[in-house]
Order: sequence, then C-alpha cells, then structure tokens
Amino acid sequence: MSKKYYLTYVFVCFTYLLIGQNCNLKFTGAVKDFHDGTPIVGATIQIEGLKTYAVTDSKGNFTINNICNSIFTVKVAHVSCEERIIQIDLKKKSLYEIRLEHHIEELNEVTLRSEVDKKTKTSQETVLKGNILARYSALSLGDAIKEIPGVSSINTGNSIVKPVINGLHSSRVLVMTNNVRLQDQEWGIEHAPNIDINSAGSVSLIKGANALEYGGDAIGGVIVVNPTRIFAKDSLFGQTTVNGQSNGRGYGINSSLTKTYDEGWYISGQASYKRSGDFSSPDYILTNTGNESTAFSLFTGRKKLEYGYELYYSYLKNEIAILRSSHIGNVEDLVNGINSQQPIVINPFSYGINAPKQEVTHQIFKGTFYQRFKNFGKLDIQYDYQNNHRFEFDIRVGDDRNTPAINLQLQSHTFKSTLKLDSNSENTYKVGIMVGLQDNFANPSTGVRRLIPDYEKFDFGFFTLGNFKINDDFSLNAGIRYDFNRIDAKKFYQTSRWNERGYNVDFADIIIQDFGTQLLVNPVFDFHNISVSAGIAYSMNDNSSLIFNYGLSNRAPNASELFSDGLHHSAARIELGDLRIQKETSNRISGTYSYKGEKASINIEGFFNHIKDFIYLEPSGVETTIRGSFPVWEHKQINATLFGVDLNMSHYLNHQFTIQNKSSFIKGKDVSSNRALIDIPAFKTVNIIRYKNEKWSNFNAELQSEWVFRQNEFPNNNFEAYIPRTDSFVLVDISTPPLAYHIFNFRSDFDLKIFKENSVNVAFTVNNVLNTSYREYLNRLRYFADELGRNFMIQLKFNY
Amino acid sequence: MRLKLVHLSFIAFAAVLSCNDNDDPIIINEEEVITTVTATLTPVGGGTIITLQSRDLDGDGPNDPVITISGNLAPNTTYSGAIEVLNETVTPAENITEEVEEEGDEHQFFFTPTNNVVTVAYADMDINGDPIGIEFTLRTTNASSGNLTVTLIHEPNKNAAGVSSGDITNAGGETDAEATFAIGVQ
Repeated sequence: MSKKYYLTYVFVCFTYLLIGQNCNLKFTGAVKDFHDGTPIVGATIQIEGLKTYAVTDSKGNFTINNICNSIFTVKVAHVSCEERIIQIDLKKKSLYEIRLEHHIEELNEVTLRSEVDKKTKTSQETVLKGNILARYSALSLGDAIKEIPGVSSINTGNSIVKPVINGLHSSRVLVMTNNVRLQDQEWGIEHAPNIDINSAGSVSLIKGANALEYGGDAIGGVIVVNPTRIFAKDSLFGQTTVNGQSNGRGYGINSSLTKTYDEGWYISGQASYKRSGDFSSPDYILTNTGNESTAFSLFTGRKKLEYGYELYYSYLKNEIAILRSSHIGNVEDLVNGINSQQPIVINPFSYGINAPKQEVTHQIFKGTFYQRFKNFGKLDIQYDYQNNHRFEFDIRVGDDRNTPAINLQLQSHTFKSTLKLDSNSENTYKVGIMVGLQDNFANPSTGVRRLIPDYEKFDFGFFTLGNFKINDDFSLNAGIRYDFNRIDAKKFYQTSRWNERGYNVDFADIIIQDFGTQLLVNPVFDFHNISVSAGIAYSMNDNSSLIFNYGLSNRAPNASELFSDGLHHSAARIELGDLRIQKETSNRISGTYSYKGEKASINIEGFFNHIKDFIYLEPSGVETTIRGSFPVWEHKQINATLFGVDLNMSHYLNHQFTIQNKSSFIKGKDVSSNRALIDIPAFKTVNIIRYKNEKWSNFNAELQSEWVFRQNEFPNNNFEAYIPRTDSFVLVDISTPPLAYHIFNFRSDFDLKIFKENSVNVAFTVNNVLNTSYREYLNRLRYFADELGRNFMIQLKFNY
Repeated sequence: MRLKLVHLSFIAFAAVLSCNDNDDPIIINEEEVITTVTATLTPVGGGTIITLQSRDLDGDGPNDPVITISGNLAPNTTYSGAIEVLNETVTPAENITEEVEEEGDEHQFFFTPTNNVVTVAYADMDINGDPIGIEFTLRTTNASSGNLTVTLIHEPNKNAAGVSSGDITNAGGETDAEATFAIGVQ
C-alpha cells in the first residue's frame, strides 16, 4: 500500500583520458547510485549520431575508445532512469558530474510503465506510481490520490469524487492529463474530473500553486496525470486488469497494448469499461447509485533523440446515477430527509441508472512536436482540443421526462509552446506561452433556464522558470507567470432578479435586449493575473532534506461564481453568482522536512495559505417561491486563512514488516467574520501494518485503520423554516458535521506464475471490514444516507 | 508576430467551430414552472364562490408569491372544490392541471388545515383508485380561523399509511407547489 517512492540520485561521473588526436580519444567513467554509492550495472552510454556505445560493468565502469572529436553529445540511459542528454567537451572540462533522477521500484518488479519523475524540485510534490493506481482501477482518480496525506475529496454520493488539496477544490485545483489542462466544467462541486484512472501511468500531485508551467491559478494545487512512458526500443507489452466487487455488484475490465520500435516509432492503445449497480450502506440499499463508464485512448508518434511528435486521442463517457432520495422539492422535504434516519426511497437492487443522473462525455485530441537543439535546449509545441458534453437529468414530468435539465457543451482549444534551456545542467531555464479559446454552449432544448450561460473565454499566458543549483546541497527555483483572461458571456436574467441584485444600477449598459420578464445581457470581463513561485531545497545529509517554498497566485472568478442563478435541487437552495466578483489572491508558504533511512522514513509538510478576496458561497437570507421557502446562498468575497500539517511516517521493522502512519491536520478560517470555513476536512489519521514476503510469490498484505475525527469547527448556517403541516417553525440543521468514524480496510496480493515470463497478480481487498455505518462531512449527500458498507473486491492483473 | 498569427488562427478556428452561438442565445420560457395555484370553492346548494390563489410570476426569482383570498368561508357549509395549476410565464398561460391529471398516479394534492378550520375529502381518483385531489370537498363547521396549506407532491408513496386519506406525513416524494392560506370562517 505504500505510496512511497524511493528517490535516489545517480551520479554519472565521467572522466576521460586524452590519448591523442585522430580518433584516439578515450572516454571512461563510472555510474553510481547517489544514495548508497553502489555501482549501477547495465547503464548505457551512447554517443549521439554514432553507433558507438558502452554498457557499465558490474562495478559501474565504462570505457569508449577511438573517439575522433573532443566535442560530442552522449545519451545516458538506464532501465529505471530518465535518459539524459549531455554535451561533452573533452577539451573544456576534465570531469563531468551529471545527476540523473533515478527511481527504484519498491517491489522487485521493475517495469517500464511505473517509471515516474517529479515535475518540480522545490515543491510539495508526491508521485503515485502505476502499481498504486492499479489498485483503484475500479474506482476513480479522486479515490486514488487520497493515498496522499493532505488530500481528501468532496463527494456527491460515492461515485462523484472531487479532489480536495489542503482544503481547496474545484476551480482551485488544476488537473493536467497528458500535458493537457483538463477543461471539464470543473467549477462544479458535483463535477468529478473526467479522467479514466486506467489510462494513467503515474500521477504527480503538487500542493500549492508552484507548478507555474501548468497555470497560475491553481491556489489549491495541481494534479498531473502522466501516460505510460515510452522507450525507444523494440518491444510489445500490455496489461489487462479485471476486477469485481461485491458492493454494487460491480465489474470492470481494462486493457492496454503498446508497440515500440527501436527507430523511435510507437503506438499505444488502452480501453476500459466498468459498470456497477446500486451500492449498499451497511443497513440499506442506496437506490439509484450505479454507474457505467466507457473509455479508450490511442496515441502514436515517434520519439527520437533530436525530435519527436505524437498524436493523442482520448474518449471518456461516464453515466452516474445520483441517490434518488437526494432529489428534493423544498425545505420541508430537506427537513424530512435530514430527520429520517435512512433514505426516503429504498428499492430493491438494480443496475438501472435513472434520474437524477449525470451523463458526461469528454474527448481530448492533442498533437505535439519537440525539437532538441545542440548546446541550447528543447522546444515543445502543442495544440489540444477538448470537447466536454455534460447532461444532467432531473426528475421531470410529462413530455420532458427524458429531457436533460442541463445540457452544456464546452469546447476548448489550447496552443502552447515551451522552450527549455538545459545546455547547462546546473542551471536550467524554461519559458513558455499559452493561448486558449473556449466556447460554452448551453443548449436551450432543455426547456430550463440556463444555469451557466453561453460564453466565450480567451486566455493568454506566458511564464519563465529557472532552476539553479548553488552547490551539491542547495538548489533554488524561481518562476513568474502572467495570465490574461477575458470572459464574454450572453446571459438571460429574470428582470426581477436583475433589479433585486442592483444590476439595473451598476450594469444597465450591458443589456442587449429586453423581453419583459427576462433581459438578455452581455457581460465582458477582463482579468490580469501575476503569479510568482520561489523555492529552495537543502540537502542536510544523505538522509535528510528540507524544502521551503513561497507561492503567489491569482485566480479569476469562474462562470459559476459570476453567473449562477437559480434553484439547486439537491441542496434545496437558491445559488446566486455576482457580476461584481473580482479575482482572488493567494499567498502560500510551505516547508517540508524529509528523512529517508534504512529503518524509517519521515515526510512532514506544513503550509500556511492566506487568500485575499476568497470567493465563497454563504447563506444570506430566505426567498419564498411557489414551491415553498428556500435559503439563498450568495457568492461573496472574504479573506481566508488555511494552515495545516501533513505527516507520512514509515518504520521498517524488518524485511517483512512495515508500519506506517499518515495523518493530516488542517484549519480554515474566514478572517473577515472570524469564523470557521465550511467544508474543511477533519483531522484524519491512517495507520497501516504491512507484511511482504518475496519468497511467497511476492506476497503482500496490509491492514489499514482509517480514523476520521469529527469536524468541530464549522460555520453555523442553520436556519428556521415554517412547516405548514405542523404549523410550526423548525430548525433546519444543515451545518452540524457527522460524528467521527473509524473503519478498517484489508488488502493482499500475490503473483501467480502461469508461463515462464508472464504472471498474474491477484489482489484481494476488503473495504470497511467491520461494516461500520458512518457519514462523512465532505459528502454532499450526507444528509440523506450513510456511506458504503463492507465491500469485497478481487482484481486480476495480467502483464504481457 | 508569431503570437499574432497564432491568435488570429485560433479566433478563426473558434469561429468555425462555434458557429452555433455567434448569434444571441434563444430565450427559454420554462414550461414546467408552476406560477399559480388556484382553488375554487363552490358552496353546494348555492352561495358565494370563494377563490384561494397563490401566484408567483417570477418563478424561482426573488419576488414572493402573492396570496389572494376572495373572502371568508361560510360556517357549516360544504364546498365543492377544484384546483387549477397554471404556468403564467408563457403566453397564453399553460394549464398544468391537465398534466397532473394525466399523470395522476404520480401526483397528489394534500390539504393540511390548522386549528381544524376546515375538513377536506378527496373527490377524484387516479387509475389505481387512489386520490389525486384536483377535485375535493371542503366542509366548514362553526366560525373559526386557521391556515389551510395546499401541497402538490410529485411521486408520493400513495400506499403509505394515511396518504390516501390525505395525511402528508408519510407521503415522501418532492414538493412541486405549496401555498398556505389564512382562512376565516364566519
């Protein structure tokens, strides 16, 4: 279960002897593991443009004879290293010291697919490798990254899992998939990232807005989903995973196949399908909670030393049912839902996916090209197109029964280019530009007034980053980014709402047409944002290191924060955006202490985040409609602070047994009115005992205890509502968090040899072993139903 | 220069792809919105017809519904009642009563009095023989006052205890409309 990866460095030390002119030069050196000094055997050192190469021997040494020119380029590669291009000038320098990032597989199954490398040097970054992600094949990206302390999720039921990084989510968390910034209506809490976890080779999670290359507005953090790595050698490999689970009677299959050629050509395809019916809590069936997901991706290209290109396409369709009992008509229904100990609608198990439900299709097309220039650097050019089509089906009557209530199509085009100057391996620079154009179309065929209006968005950004190595122990990182965003919307307002908001005074000039009860308006807003990041990494000794980091980031308001206006059925509230909302500004400082030893490893991450003009949804009053009265939640801006500590400790008792603790603590405060922020994760501590024995067919087993405290700091948004039936006012308790809970999970796996070369990995998992009933504060359906009960899962993974 | 070209080419690209909304978006007049619930009470054997109306012309908008009661009910009188549900955001107004009637097995009106100001009994039934409540009878006794709440529930559990006799407690479902009228009997 360990998500630990071992980061070691390889020192590749080249020495050379100048023996004479005219192809008599000799090039010798040694490759060693930086971490413990052991020689790296089998690394290849190849002179570019020539067939001349050497392989390190059992002591890590190599020699290349008969070199003609003193200036040349070499490629250094090892099966578990990122390959490195180095400029050699035998006249200029007598000793080349090159660092490669090297990652050794924890298990002895060194596979090409699980290679990972960090995207940043001085950020709070954690990498989840392929073997960890494979455990979540039946679940989602949001479930998988909760392996990382400080990462939680805000859920709508159990299938819509939205990542929360250090208390922040939605538009504050940027998701990159295959170097494409995911544009999938991510502003909505009930919109989970449209990523098939089975297409990911690894996932990097960067807390805070320090990965400026991806964007300047990731106040919460960045999730980088990397595809499987491709190596230029002749091979054909693939993997198939099949799984089944008892809860929800779910099943899934995922299969991938990659063909690579030593000339650098490659083609890779992946497809997955999963299906599940109604899930169950320990005491009842959660009616209408099934889901169905179909995904495939295909990419092909050529990867050479000097240049390469790739075409990529991915398709994902998710159909997710939403708990029937969460669809309510008015506050009285909400009161009934909260007071009833179990969901109001409980039907027998079914695979049916009925309203309320979501149906989202996300397609990505991408083309990239890179060119490496000798003694200079590397230029990357990329264009991507994304098409996100989201349907939300409500419970409707009559002819509209099968018509979606929301039908949004978001098309995004992005062009970006980066230039990396890495001829000097000590100090590298990167500059980049990005141009994006987005078009949102809210289809009027729904017959329901648009939640999000039609809009066009234009984005332009550029950045520059530098990595500087001061000496062997210190490295520095700094970056600056500028972003321009323009949002040009055409929206209908009810005239009564327009006037009630006071827009008739402030925005009278943007009205295009007056339809009497409705107004068509054309708001156009421009935002200019500057983001800055700076970090320092200090290696105290072979085992310990420190990282300090500062990030300034600005985020322009999203379409929902500006424009939303209407009744939200699942929350029984009227949500209002505000055209006056300005950007929010985050200043975040963080520090990390990391120790990696033979007996133990420790990683402590702390942060403090001050967000000025934090855009926040807050109750502001009650409005009465013919359905009854509803609380009104308005988007406002406040000043907020968040701070927290995330801890990850492992103690290796012996070769077989490990104990691990992962804990996260966070506090969030609304400084403007001196009260707690809503939806801040409670303190969580996870203890794991793990056993492994390679002799027993790579047997692994672990027992995990997950203890989540009660959130005692929350804003009190309770209100009183008149209940005509009883002719009385009742308190609607929408604020009080549920009680603490403690659940146990078990997991084990082993390899089953079938042929000489191939094996099947068999994994058996039990979640919520004791079938504990509990509710989670960060589940938006917590008012209506318990979380999932015991779930047995079995997974077979074939590598070939 | 390159930037400008890129910029231009993308605008061209987007113009091609988003031709469906270069024009202004189409106005949506919601058809399912209930703006008006009117209960007409006709005294059996003659007398003044009383109407109870809740009207919210901006739907989910900020304006509150306007409640209109044409007058007091007479004591010890039986009224035959009928409900009309309208969507007045469209012209001409859409009569939603017909839809409720067609899907009668999925809808039910509930009449919840306080202070026993009136008693209400159903006078219609759906295909399963359960009440809908579009037609009903209302009886008054001695002079009194209290509230009468009319609630339209979508997908109630009509088999639950008390529901078919008009008790909303176990009905479940979702509220499509709800209006409370202050009734005087004199």
